[in-house]
Amino acid sequence: MTTKIVTPKGAPAKAVVKDASMLKQKDMMAAHYDRLTSAPETGEKVASTFVPGNLNELIMCFDLVNNLPEVNAIQNGLRRTSGSFVLEAEKIGHSEDVCTYVKSDIGMMSKGNLAPNGKKFPDPDVLLLSYTGCFTFMKWFELLREQYKCETIMLHTPYMGDGKITPNMIQYMVKQLKEEVIPKLERVSGVKFDIDRLRQYLKQSVKAENDLVWVLQSAKNKPSPIDAYFGGIYYIGPIFGAFRGTEDAVDYYKFLREEVAERVAAGLGPVTPDGDMGKEKYRLVVEGPPNYTSFRQFWKMFYDEGAVVVASSYTKVGGVYDLGFRHDPDNPLETLAEYCLGVYTNRSLPMRIKMLADYIDEYEADGLLINSIKSCNSFSAGQLLMMREIEKKTGKPAAFVESDLVDPRYFSAANIKNRLESYFQMIEQKRASARAA
Amino acid sequence: MLPLGVLGGGDQLEVIHGDAYYQSYICRIPRSTIELGVSGRLDFVDGMLFPSICDVIRNLSGMWKMMFPHVYVRYFDVPQNYRDDIGGNYYVSELAELRDHLAELRGAPITDAELNASIALYNENRRLVRELYALRAEAPWQAPAPEVYLIIRAGMVLPVEEHSAMLRDYIAAAKAEDRPRRDNCRIVLTGAFCEQPPLNLIKSLELSGCYVVDDDLLLVTRWLTADVPTDGDPLRSLALAFLHQSESTAAKYEPNLAEKGQHLVRAVKRSGAEGVIFAAPSFCDPALLDRPMLQHVLKDAGIPFIAFKYAENSGQMQPIREQAGTFADSIKLWSGAA
Repeated sequence: MTTKIVTPKGAPAKAVVKDASMLKQKDMMAAHYDRLTSAPETGEKVASTFVPGNLNELIMCFDLVNNLPEVNAIQNGLRRTSGSFVLEAEKIGHSEDVCTYVKSDIGMMSKGNLAPNGKKFPDPDVLLLSYTGCFTFMKWFELLREQYKCETIMLHTPYMGDGKITPNMIQYMVKQLKEEVIPKLERVSGVKFDIDRLRQYLKQSVKAENDLVWVLQSAKNKPSPIDAYFGGIYYIGPIFGAFRGTEDAVDYYKFLREEVAERVAAGLGPVTPDGDMGKEKYRLVVEGPPNYTSFRQFWKMFYDEGAVVVASSYTKVGGVYDLGFRHDPDNPLETLAEYCLGVYTNRSLPMRIKMLADYIDEYEADGLLINSIKSCNSFSAGQLLMMREIEKKTGKPAAFVESDLVDPRYFSAANIKNRLESYFQMIEQKRASARAA
Repeated sequence: MLPLGVLGGGDQLEVIHGDAYYQSYICRIPRSTIELGVSGRLDFVDGMLFPSICDVIRNLSGMWKMMFPHVYVRYFDVPQNYRDDIGGNYYVSELAELRDHLAELRGAPITDAELNASIALYNENRRLVRELYALRAEAPWQAPAPEVYLIIRAGMVLPVEEHSAMLRDYIAAAKAEDRPRRDNCRIVLTGAFCEQPPLNLIKSLELSGCYVVDDDLLLVTRWLTADVPTDGDPLRSLALAFLHQSESTAAKYEPNLAEKGQHLVRAVKRSGAEGVIFAAPSFCDPALLDRPMLQHVLKDAGIPFIAFKYAENSGQMQPIREQAGTFADSIKLWSGAA
């Protein structure tokens, strides 16, 4: 089922096509923002935290509402308000060189701190600094702490530099959870920790994770029924955000799976903002986050050419489930530690290279595209080597484009389009050579 | 085993291959370090340890594994939790693993006695570095910042015993010589804890009227702020020293809001500085993200500051000289005017 939505004034005039799961996801996000902005009236307490290393099940054990600054920055990018927020942050002393998520957030705070529903974000009661895979997160919450002067709880996740999770890492994290994170959350919330409640939420997480993996792996079909990057961003929203562990997430992923199963049965490709995609001509694996300020324009450059993304690393920043990890209700704290340790940007470069090369093989992709993000060193540093290594391992061509997360100054549509067109020609040439051989 | 401190390639190295590994918006230190590697200048190195300082250096550890598979490579993560029984235990275990790896590398176990002897040598070295910094804070014309920098930098490539002897000799010579005193202001230089500025930049600061009386250049030599015990479990002693007696810097989490940035205020007071110069490498996330918070603290403390960026190969010093010169003039003319 698809629905046409007429976009508001100021946005492109053409109607945007969304499938039912996207609408359901949008409603969930809207409901969450309403809950969040109503916190001062309802008395609910708010925990700001991050997507990679998101401990949503634990947060729910303390009846806290989760607020994710990266998701807010993304919303501002999609609504094209992030540019002015970034400028505002630079005006008050933040460097032009640093992460634009941070600057969008800081700029938004100085310009009223309004949520997508137009209501003011509540001040957080606690900053849960459970970051993983990115140093910037640590600085980001030190900056927010300076502003809000509220309790800040650090959960340090060691990096998987040697490509493995060691018992020392798990013990370190579990001890932090037991002796630092949980007691402080109890103090802030006034709610006693109940490990059985956590187990119950984790059970729900597993159901949603199973369905999400099924959906992501449906891209192995030809044609792929989903776009696992642009479309994938809609699919990961609930589980990476405020819904992992909830009944709502279980329902959403069941619904999504059924929707995608129907597309597979009908032999359909992905739904794009302009409707069903035409013939699938190119299957790509994408590394790196997208650009959000020109999200639709960026996506259009792909589907206009018949290019579909069959697997992406960005849809693994809030959890790598397709390689087998599931939250384990029998070991609730250990599983939270393992989850944090395993997210994509906490994996060593050799692990990332292997993962992407395997995707190219398993999803029978034509090659790799890297969207390198100016303000995200965690993702970007090393990507040129990754590109070469993956080309070497798979024999498939790779291409490199550059943009930014939410800073519109760094999205050059003409440059990116040129590079993509050249890349598609390269794939055609490779195919022609293979046929001739 | 000789520890070698690699701090990029400096301003004398032409980066030819290294730029092919990095986008333009990434700092210079990883690209010049890669250049050192691919040009064979580090062929004599048996192992590379990458400190947990930022995402770029973290990812460089993985690149090194791919590019130099015959070299022992380890990314060394330090705790951001400072409780003895949490971060301390984690750090001890990480150190124990590192000790085993290094023992394998040299072909013989590393004993506690050897580690304690090494700690004693480094304690002595750190005492001398602190003495040199105290001398410079007291009489910066006697121990100019470029000289102090070079003498400390020599420690990155010398056995610690030789470096300590060099420090002793320099301190004695600096005290003995009668050097002219300029009418300079006194500043703390901060933000330069990773990629090092070119020597010309440090010279330019002094030439423009700023005596550098404290800094975070080559911070590794002053990382531990007090002697580490030499008669106990050496790994536990090192872990506790890191948790409780190590410098504050942008790569470390500061759990206490009231303490954020106070290390800089203390450095200003301790060294009798009149202002702070924030000098961070371009695209340095930790230093540049930290900077606004530190500036707020300085503002509250009534300490003047300026800020600029550099790269290890920055060649044009005129803008920096003008900025630092104006800063020095403003301090001389207006300090105490309020």
